[in-house]
Amino acid sequence: MLSVSDLHVSVGAAEILKGLTLSVPAGEVHAIMGPNGAGKSTLSYALTGREGYEATQGAVTLEGRDLLAMTPEERAAAGLFLSFQYPLEIPGVPTMTFLKAALNAQAKARGEPELGATEILKRVRARAGELRISAEMLKRPLNVGFSGGEKKRMEILQMMVLEPRFAILDETDSGLDIDALRIVADGVNALRAPDRAMLVITHYQRLLDYIRPDKVHVLVSGRIVDTGGPELALRLEKEGYDKYLAAA
Amino acid sequence: MAREGIDLSTVDAVRALEAGKYTAGFTTDIEQEFAPKGLSEDTVRFISAKKDEPQWMLDWRLEAFRRWQTMEEPSWAMVRYPPIDYQDATYYAAPKNAAKYKSLDEVDPEILETYKKLGIPLREQETLLGVAGAPRIAVDAVFDSVSVLTTFKKELAQAGVIFCSISEAVREHPDLVKKYLGSVVPTTDNFFATLNSAVFSDGSFVYVPQGVRCPMELSTYFRMNAQGSGQFERTLIIVDKGGHVSYLEGCTAPMREENQLHAAVVELVALEDAEIKYSTVQNWWPGDVDGKGGVYNFVTKRGDCRGARSRISWTQVETGSAITWKYPSCILRGDDSSGEFYSIAITNGRQQADTGSKMIHLGRNTKSRIISKGISAGRAQNTYRGLVSIHGKAANARNFTQCDSLLIGDKCGAHTIPYVEARNVSAKLEHEATTTKLSEDQLFYMRQRGIPEEEAVALLVNGFVREVLQQLPMEFAVEAQKLVAVSLEGSVG
Ligand SMILES: Nc1ncnc2c1ncn2[C@@H]1O[C@H](COP(=O)(O)OP(=O)(O)OP(=O)(O)O)[C@@H](O)[C@H]1O
Ligand SMILES: [Mg+2]
Repeated sequence: MLSVSDLHVSVGAAEILKGLTLSVPAGEVHAIMGPNGAGKSTLSYALTGREGYEATQGAVTLEGRDLLAMTPEERAAAGLFLSFQYPLEIPGVPTMTFLKAALNAQAKARGEPELGATEILKRVRARAGELRISAEMLKRPLNVGFSGGEKKRMEILQMMVLEPRFAILDETDSGLDIDALRIVADGVNALRAPDRAMLVITHYQRLLDYIRPDKVHVLVSGRIVDTGGPELALRLEKEGYDKYLAAA
Repeated sequence: MAREGIDLSTVDAVRALEAGKYTAGFTTDIEQEFAPKGLSEDTVRFISAKKDEPQWMLDWRLEAFRRWQTMEEPSWAMVRYPPIDYQDATYYAAPKNAAKYKSLDEVDPEILETYKKLGIPLREQETLLGVAGAPRIAVDAVFDSVSVLTTFKKELAQAGVIFCSISEAVREHPDLVKKYLGSVVPTTDNFFATLNSAVFSDGSFVYVPQGVRCPMELSTYFRMNAQGSGQFERTLIIVDKGGHVSYLEGCTAPMREENQLHAAVVELVALEDAEIKYSTVQNWWPGDVDGKGGVYNFVTKRGDCRGARSRISWTQVETGSAITWKYPSCILRGDDSSGEFYSIAITNGRQQADTGSKMIHLGRNTKSRIISKGISAGRAQNTYRGLVSIHGKAANARNFTQCDSLLIGDKCGAHTIPYVEARNVSAKLEHEATTTKLSEDQLFYMRQRGIPEEEAVALLVNGFVREVLQQLPMEFAVEAQKLVAVSLEGSVG
């Protein structure tokens, strides 16, 4: 499904990703763990096409399509979604309006018919209910004045409404209280499907108790340095990254 | 739901429009008649004679002209432009045979075509922009220096409402004109208003008698067409006791390389319990991206809440002009009267706007409200300049002012200059101001959700201006929203 090979990414003059190779088949959920500043968010921005994250070498494909040749909105329409580590505030645009615009823009880009307003409303309300997001919150401008945890929940709501083929969750668990963590994890699990895959970036093993990953990758200094099953996350929690950092 | 409906229709409108196009920029090719170039007493006499004016009107103009010659152009506004050579312009331009067409059939087909292209209904069965189901709107069409046609006059007359060009009013309703013209903006008021008093060409006149609610929206469309000519709009609206009117004005001009001057004066008079709602969608040619050409829009607009409990509300959407210098104001003379000002001012490219409002509280329990939304993009400069003045006798006066600025890109500027004078301790004044920068990060976030950049900007801008757009009559709001989107195209990336 997603294939990243020998990816080098520079931000300004600094090379942050230095030959990263990763493959996530359809139907699987992979986790990425790694120390602060290792390049995890850089990877998520490079995959989604943020300006200033320049791929100098390597290739990225999503279902065989060359992602690096596409604009951010084209990648989104192709089914790529990023739950941001730091979600942005969108003043003056109610969440409902925002979601409607996003759904319809994606449908249009894919040449599909746009959804009716009532249909969208129903879909958003249903998902919001599952995430315990109030109707009042949907009327407020997206993320403006929301708490850190509320913003993360809004990211998951957007993911559930947009139903992407491939989702990247960049530290969505950080800042969530215990109940919210379970709610978010339930949401993610509900999205698991044979034709969908996910990449979950996290610092904490706890999330992985709820979202059982098929594989865990260790990202250090811009490369994947180790890959294993869920047990790898448990080991990292005990031992930290010293072993990898010493080798890097 | 209705609000969201508006948002999405804007998004569609943005999609449908070509990038960076000023759609009103075409020229109409017709035979025109001009005053000799330059400005002198003879010019004033020429204009007055063309309009068949009575002696008192000519005398009034000449007095203003003599006064103007002693005045200096103001320089306090935050706008920069090379000196204007007032002798190098034409002060009167009119389509040949324009002695006001008596019916639609007489109007030059080229002119009809012009208004058709602009979506303005001159046939009484047509609606604004051809929108099915839109309410009927009476239109006064001003082409350069003359009003070419006013629609629905008969129907309005049945209700007792006078709606005609100011030129016609001078001839047909001299008592009303003599009584009210210059009573809100005196001929001595300021450099541009005095110039206008000397050479004003055309504009609209409205009189709504006591107790009458005007049965339809009134509107005037100003079109500047002739090259090298200025336009000197003069509008006078009087609403008698308990009357009500909603009036709209729209403005467009062709793309010209040289700058054109539009120096207008608008006076509103609201007597006891009367209400005037005045809306403007100003889309004069703003000049090209390098700042070549464009209209200098130097305008004096003032409303006088003369009677107790009267209300005047100004709503403006200012997207065009190279330079805008404009402060629609309210004199709250009557006790319990109220004034409102809602503004969206957009500057892009090299445009400059210095605009705001003055609320002068003279009567007791007077209320005013100012909501200003300034958007600046490109290399543009946008200044809000306002005055709230509470006089000694204005017990319990209230004002609420909110000035929000939105910056797109980092080469533009926004400035807020609110003046306050309070001479009565019972006054309650509130002021809020915010500045928001539309960041690349926000745009990336929206694009990551699949929303293309232009549409993302439109959504953000719409959210920013919604509160003011809601003040416009519905069919105008849709048009204004499209305009907002178009005027910001190419402002990012
Ligand atoms: N604009 C920039 N210019 C230079 N260096 C940058 C820039 N942006 C990020 N970096 C650097 O790139 C490195 C990787 O950052 P990134 O945000 O990808 O780390 P991360 O693995 O997501 O860390 P965390 O766990 O703290 O979120 C860091 O050393 C960071 O300082
Ligand atoms: Mg990170």
